Amino acid sequence: MRYLMKALLLVGVLGTASACTNPGRFDTSGAGGAGMVPGSASDPTSPAYFEQTVGDRVLFAVDQSTLSAEAVALLEMQATWLMDNPAFTAVIEGHADEQGTREYNLALGARRASSVQNFLIERGVAPNRLKTVSYGKERPLEICSAESCYAQNRRAVTVLSAGMPTS
Amino acid sequence: MKLLKLLTLALALSGLTLSLPVAARAEPLRLELTDGIIEPLPFAVPAFQAENSGAAELAQNIARVVASDLAGTGLFREIPASAFISNVTNFDSPLQYADWRAINAQALITGAVSTGAGGRITVKFRVFDVVSGAPLGEGLQFGGSVASWRRIAHKVSDVVYSRITGESGYFDSRVAFVSETGPKNARRKRLAIMDYDGANVQYLTESNAIVLAPRFSPTGDRVLYTSYETGFPRIYLLDVASVGRRVLDDQDGTMTFAPRFSPDGRTVVFSLSRGGNTDLYRMNADGSGQQRLTSAPSIETAPSFSPDGQYIVFESDRSGSPQLYIMPATGGEARRISFGPGRYGTPVWSPRGDMVAFTKQNRGRFHIGVMRTDGSEERLLTASFLDEGPSWSPNGRVIMFTRESQGAEGQPALYSIDISGRNLRRVATPQAGSDPAWGPLQN
Repeated sequence: MRYLMKALLLVGVLGTASACTNPGRFDTSGAGGAGMVPGSASDPTSPAYFEQTVGDRVLFAVDQSTLSAEAVALLEMQATWLMDNPAFTAVIEGHADEQGTREYNLALGARRASSVQNFLIERGVAPNRLKTVSYGKERPLEICSAESCYAQNRRAVTVLSAGMPTS
Repeated sequence: MKLLKLLTLALALSGLTLSLPVAARAEPLRLELTDGIIEPLPFAVPAFQAENSGAAELAQNIARVVASDLAGTGLFREIPASAFISNVTNFDSPLQYADWRAINAQALITGAVSTGAGGRITVKFRVFDVVSGAPLGEGLQFGGSVASWRRIAHKVSDVVYSRITGESGYFDSRVAFVSETGPKNARRKRLAIMDYDGANVQYLTESNAIVLAPRFSPTGDRVLYTSYETGFPRIYLLDVASVGRRVLDDQDGTMTFAPRFSPDGRTVVFSLSRGGNTDLYRMNADGSGQQRLTSAPSIETAPSFSPDGQYIVFESDRSGSPQLYIMPATGGEARRISFGPGRYGTPVWSPRGDMVAFTKQNRGRFHIGVMRTDGSEERLLTASFLDEGPSWSPNGRVIMFTRESQGAEGQPALYSIDISGRNLRRVATPQAGSDPAWGPLQN
């Protein structure tokens, strides 16, 4: 809950969303409660809802940037949410695990972010609402050197920002 | 295969040389860096003479840096002062060669240090071929400010190295790198520069943005690197003396990274990602005149020029996995040069032009390796959980790289290794360090 409040403060006060490093989409405790608090995860128009209930990230196989069936299902929901909530733009962050050189992983992260971007655009999200960035292997989520962590690190995360596109 | 070169010591044969005039002494001390087993050449560096009282500590320190430079190559072995039979108490007195021969010293370095007005120091030194009982070259002297005493010591070492091996040295050079602090999932990175041996670390950027992979200009006055200052990876050019920096390319919807200078310092080759596709481009060093070099749906990155500026070696996964290719520096057809098992990346052309150093990933291990520019004679120099990003010493004899340890507490550190595959050493940095870029010999 404290994390959630911090995230809300950041979005509400600064009008920007920072990279979320909490795998919050697996925690649905904040969603679907009886009393809906605006801006909280129980508010379907909130970034917290997007992160936790829709799911803000998809995972990739080793060296791959193609979308799995699971990723496609999640991105369908992201697309729907983005269409329903036009007051947000998004930066899609592509990431790689630590197996690989720094340069190659930057390029691989770019491919992954772009896969997600292209999918969302195909589903009708306006291209000018979506930007991409690659972090390569610079920002792992999980820090162990094992496939259980690597699998979580090979990801593309859709990070929302409040505000209409500027271009 | 055996890489290492060996040092053959060509000793003057006494019977023959004694009958000849001194000037015709045919075979002076020479450590030849050729294939074979290396037996490090034993040398002694008696304490340098302090010619005035203010120079005592400097004399001591400079002699220690020279000894450390030479021993650090793995090509030389220092004979400790405790083994000395006689000492050198006057820089101009004749040497007792027999005393140095008796402890098996083959090279002897003597020196004298004086301090003068305005914080100046002067360092005189001589190199001796103990076995033939003669000086190896003329005595020399270097002068400079007291603050530059380490550089002066490195210059002495470069002369000694070059007189004994016949090749230029690498001691008076600097290394740009990324200094890292913090946990693996929230690393803070700063650009830093230091002497090749880890001394005199200076930070060039703050830690508020991720910075990656600095690359020196050919003269060492500027550094290219990648920074997330704007939120997106962009190539920056930094002036080392003023620490002023500017972005070289800032197009919306693109990312730029993996920059490297051409040998004349006028051109920068780099990777640009647009729409998820990464290709190679070149531009003038001021960011103007951008030109696309590759147009493929595959990843093209990590470009490096040949020393003559005519070719670029780079990494591409156009075959399905990352491999090394060479193409003309203006673009055009590329020729694959890596064919072994595994994945190849970060190729760097050697300063001599005959080899390419690379990172190789195979069966869950990483290696730093070298191959000829036609892909033949591949040799892996290292093996670990994660080695990457080789950078050549100015003389092409040593490779510095990043080694990252495994696990949640894993940290990167800088290491160097002789191209023979021997003499693996950790290069000390104040914090964790990565992405070393070895600069040129300084003037």
